[in-house]
Amino acid sequence: MAMLTRTERKRSEPARTAPTRTGVRRALSSPLSTVAVLLVTVVWTVPSLGLLVTSLRPEQDVAQTGWWDFFAHPHLTLANYHDVLFNGGFGVSDGLMPYLVNSLAITVPATIFPIVLASMAAYVLAWIPFKGSDTIFFVFFALQVVPLQMALVPLLQLFSGGAHIGSLTIFPAVGMGGSYAPVWIAHTMFAMPLAVFLLHNFIAQLPRDLIEAARVDGASHFRVFRSVVLPLATPALASFAIFQFLWVWNDLLVGLTFTGGAPESAPMPSRLAQLSGSFGDHWEILTAGAFVSVVIPLVVFFSLQRYFVRGLLAGSVKG
Amino acid sequence: MWGDTSIKLGNTLGAVAGFLGVLLLLFYLAGFARGRLSRRLAILLLLGPAVLLLLVGIVVPAARTIYLSLYNEDSTKFLGFGNYTWAFGDSDIHQVLLNTLLWIVIAPILTTALGLVLALLVDRLRGQAVYKSLIFMPMAISFVGASIIWKFVYAYRDPSQPQIGLLSQICMWFGWHNPPNWILSHPLNNFLLMIIMIWVQTGFAMVVLSAAIKAIPEDITEAAVLDGAQGWRLFANVTIPMIRSTIIVVLTTVMITTLKLFDIIRTMTGGNFGTQVLANEMYNQAFTEFNNGRAGALAVLLFLAVVPLVAYNVAMLRKEREVR
Repeated sequence: MAMLTRTERKRSEPARTAPTRTGVRRALSSPLSTVAVLLVTVVWTVPSLGLLVTSLRPEQDVAQTGWWDFFAHPHLTLANYHDVLFNGGFGVSDGLMPYLVNSLAITVPATIFPIVLASMAAYVLAWIPFKGSDTIFFVFFALQVVPLQMALVPLLQLFSGGAHIGSLTIFPAVGMGGSYAPVWIAHTMFAMPLAVFLLHNFIAQLPRDLIEAARVDGASHFRVFRSVVLPLATPALASFAIFQFLWVWNDLLVGLTFTGGAPESAPMPSRLAQLSGSFGDHWEILTAGAFVSVVIPLVVFFSLQRYFVRGLLAGSVKG
Repeated sequence: MWGDTSIKLGNTLGAVAGFLGVLLLLFYLAGFARGRLSRRLAILLLLGPAVLLLLVGIVVPAARTIYLSLYNEDSTKFLGFGNYTWAFGDSDIHQVLLNTLLWIVIAPILTTALGLVLALLVDRLRGQAVYKSLIFMPMAISFVGASIIWKFVYAYRDPSQPQIGLLSQICMWFGWHNPPNWILSHPLNNFLLMIIMIWVQTGFAMVVLSAAIKAIPEDITEAAVLDGAQGWRLFANVTIPMIRSTIIVVLTTVMITTLKLFDIIRTMTGGNFGTQVLANEMYNQAFTEFNNGRAGALAVLLFLAVVPLVAYNVAMLRKEREVR
């Protein structure tokens, strides 16, 4: 927003920017600052480059020379990717492919569920005031403070054992072995406070006329929600969706805890963290695996940069 | 394998379709209700699920964690504050608390300082979008991915052999022929791990601070320039005070992330070699030592440390919005 207003102003009043240029801007826009930024950018990029290059070098080269040697002796191969995805190698059956599938199967529902449920709640809290609705909103808002760690152990106990009062089961055991359900539910729960808060801020600012007009025409709240609120809230939903997608895709703690690292349901990061401990010397495998898990966020990042930055900034306190 | 994959993905799509189908059906049925019932149904059906998830997923578990923290490992014996006195008395945990303290002081300050310098410098370069993208890029990567990238940079080989780790190689190029095994060298390893956090978060700091600097009204800088302020003085007396609240928001945000730090430690060292921090120790107590009491106490400590930071962060954000 700030950026936009400034460029607009610049265009309409070109003369006024001149003094600023001569101020801080010029003082710091020496060749030295160019060099400094260039240097930081190089330092920031080289480690990732090392990862990419190593993942494309033959096993022998990786074991014998540093990755920078590639530029003197370029040998390219995709064998590492084939190995890491399908063979696994070193006694690991199946490679990373099942974990990649798991990551996908975890991330998509764990993005859709909280967005739908949170936008429903946000609509009520913004547009159907009732006694106590302010309090409920404040509770949602305040619970952003609670770190994941506070809920981890009891929630896991609940999923694996259910909850009982005497012999009465008030919450059935979800069953942990190889099912995605615990991870989906856990991610949905942990996403709620932030999602409701952010979507409420947006939905509460939709034009009153539109919603009231639909109500006067006899549309039920459900109809208004579906055909007026949801379409209008798309930008906010998109920003949050990107944030949540990446959060879940990149998450280690929830995935590891609620799948127990089992190959049937564990996502990529938990497998990679494990590989990094046990196959620390096989860099060609580790780098290829890491690149596979990193490539989706990078595609999202470079294609949807604006939403991405907005979503990330909004959710930066989550967890 | 492909059969397995299609079953998994099929189940997932089925779950999503079922979820949406049930909601639509409920909406459709509830749409027939009229009058006061319709309003009540709307509140119940639309708000109910979120409230239930919050209660079952956060409120009750958090309360139970506090309860568990007062009991022994399998919650059969009441210990009072025993787990807390353990947390502050045990010498291993002293190292953990000290590391956590180092992390939440050093990493956020360096991240914010570097982000601020970059924000000031990058905006007047040609092709700033490219620099910004490249510096922000690590923010998209998981901490696990970032850790593997840096583990490779820190990789150790005997000095007599060709090096594969970039850091050791650079040291050798500069004439240090005997670089240490970085990850094993305590206390240096803590700082090497912090670099990963700084690498990931600096782009965030830069983007936020750069937006704040651009939002400074130009009349203010102009007036200062007319009064003769230049370079460093303009920066220290005008720019910094104008973006003070944003700096604090960035600082506390990175601090909160740092406090909950788990992934980097888990991937890089597993908490060994004197690098353990609070969040990872909490996980270990819960899932390796199976001591729910101690894990609970550490989680509560983490919570107590986070609360003031988030409260301050939110208050600053509020204030900033009011001003604008």
